[in-house]
Amino acid sequence: MLTLLETTTMEERPMTQPPTFAAPTARAEPTAAPVAPSVKMQTEALCAWFGKNKVLQGISLPILEKRVTALIGPSGCGKSTFIRCLNRLHEVIPGAKMDGRVLLDNEDVYVRGMDPVGLRRRVGMVFQRPNPFPTLSIRDNVLAGWKLAGLRPKDPDTLVEKALNQAALWNEVKDSLNRNGASLSGGQQQRLCIARALALEPEVLLMDEPCSALDPIATAKVEELIHELGQKYTIVIVTHSMQQAARVSHHTAFLYMGDLVEYNATDALFTRPADRRTEDYITGRFG
Amino acid sequence: MENFRWRKNKDILARWLCLGMVVLAIVPLASVLFDLTIKGFGGLNWAFFTEMPKPVGESGGGMANAFAGSAILVGLSCAFGIPVGVLGGVYLAEFGENALGKAVRFAADVMSGVPSITVGIFVYTVIVLSMRRFSAIAGGVALAILMLPTVMRTTEELLRLVPDTLREAGLALGIPKWRVILGVVLRTGAPGIATGIMLAVARAAGETAPLLFTAFGSNFLALKLDQPVGSLPVQIYTYAVSPYEEWHRQAWAAALSLVLLVLILNILARVLTRQPGKQGR
Ligand SMILES: Nc1ncnc2c1ncn2[C@@H]1O[C@H](COP(=O)(O)OP(=O)(O)O)[C@@H](O)[C@H]1O
Ligand SMILES: [Mg+2]
Repeated sequence: MLTLLETTTMEERPMTQPPTFAAPTARAEPTAAPVAPSVKMQTEALCAWFGKNKVLQGISLPILEKRVTALIGPSGCGKSTFIRCLNRLHEVIPGAKMDGRVLLDNEDVYVRGMDPVGLRRRVGMVFQRPNPFPTLSIRDNVLAGWKLAGLRPKDPDTLVEKALNQAALWNEVKDSLNRNGASLSGGQQQRLCIARALALEPEVLLMDEPCSALDPIATAKVEELIHELGQKYTIVIVTHSMQQAARVSHHTAFLYMGDLVEYNATDALFTRPADRRTEDYITGRFG
Repeated sequence: MENFRWRKNKDILARWLCLGMVVLAIVPLASVLFDLTIKGFGGLNWAFFTEMPKPVGESGGGMANAFAGSAILVGLSCAFGIPVGVLGGVYLAEFGENALGKAVRFAADVMSGVPSITVGIFVYTVIVLSMRRFSAIAGGVALAILMLPTVMRTTEELLRLVPDTLREAGLALGIPKWRVILGVVLRTGAPGIATGIMLAVARAAGETAPLLFTAFGSNFLALKLDQPVGSLPVQIYTYAVSPYEEWHRQAWAAALSLVLLVLILNILARVLTRQPGKQGR
């Protein structure tokens, strides 16, 4: 019941959180919103393999537009594999296969002849470990999605400032944009990676345990950021911290051994889990 | 107790033995350098680098032909060897998990052990005989073939060190794979690859055997690529086996310059591998 306590007491002690971090009110938003959010992405019977090892058993999950969807579940249950199928990064691993459909705006992204390159510019990704390009400056890291693809943004300076601002990093690095991206702290590097993804103005942002390599303060910053970005972008975040899922997401999906066990509004899933396995997991009885 | 003392003595013995071997290994190395410096230093002057050889009997003159020739040969071998070697290494590292990759890797490893004179004979039969003359091109090709395995394997090894997370970061940004390889992977491995290239060049610059019947040698300032050219190693060889005192002196000076050249390349290689300061660009 520890998680339940966490999520309910949050509302009673808002002073301990940064002001923009008022997750509880925002979490009420999906139900209070006048128009029901539309489905931005949808998977249908998504299966995935590493060689002969089937790690996704047919997952059908909607991803709502301009909402934060959290994926929780014990490690090894296929969370990373699932989101890597969304931007077709799963297929770059030798021996990896998938089956089923992934729809983006109702179009199958795996349809024959579809170029994954274009898809990945619409569906950005932030990884578990911060991975800025070590040979590039902070500025060039932000512009990497353009420059390394041989494209020139119209107004690079504005773009850099905007992306870094959105990633809440601008104030910390604005005087040292030419410094090496690898010279930043871990938390700053992760926000740089977020800025790098945002500079392409993606429609969907996938985040694979973006805070697991960060200390608590950096984690709080990134969580706050996810919460803010959730108003503008469609976000899918993988986390194995249930507290984090409760803090930042509108909807939560619980994956277990490659299956989707339960999907619901985050509040509901944490307070009234429908499946026994979900309840066991969120109450910490296994994992 | 007896046992302990014996073990302690064994320890001391082993230590002295190692030290002795180290000294044994260093003595010839150091004396070569020492000898070279003593005998060669006197011959190093401006004229030695800039003037052409004088006819036998006249004193003075230099080896401008050999310096220019070596520069041409090394330049040519880089022009042939670096693109092929680096791109071959890229293939091995990024696409080489197949039968072809295995075969190429094996061939490269065998090639790096092939005596350099064999490469010379090969180039002689393939290029010199069909062009009907010795040429700088033939020499450049021979040196390039010698460089190839080193450059290719170093490139492969270094690209393998580039973490996959960087490749995925690039791909996830919607950058086409070939651009990820050029802009991210190769760039990250570049300092190390440059080192490998420097070492390969340093080795090629000192090769004599494969040049004897490819570039051949020339006492003129030949700047045409389809003509024989001189080179430092071949010039050293020719002068050293000659009966003239003056030529011996110049051979020493040339040998010293060659060693200095290799030394400079090695130092350059080390400077390049030193990771650029995290404060740097
Ligand atoms: N590169 C890989 N090669 C082979 N098997 C993998 C690879 N990555 C993950 N797996 C396997 O796939 C399963 C799901 O992994 P993953 O999606 O990374 O889980 P999660 O992100 O939920 O921890 C695990 O059993 C793991 O062993
Ligand atoms: Mg994972």
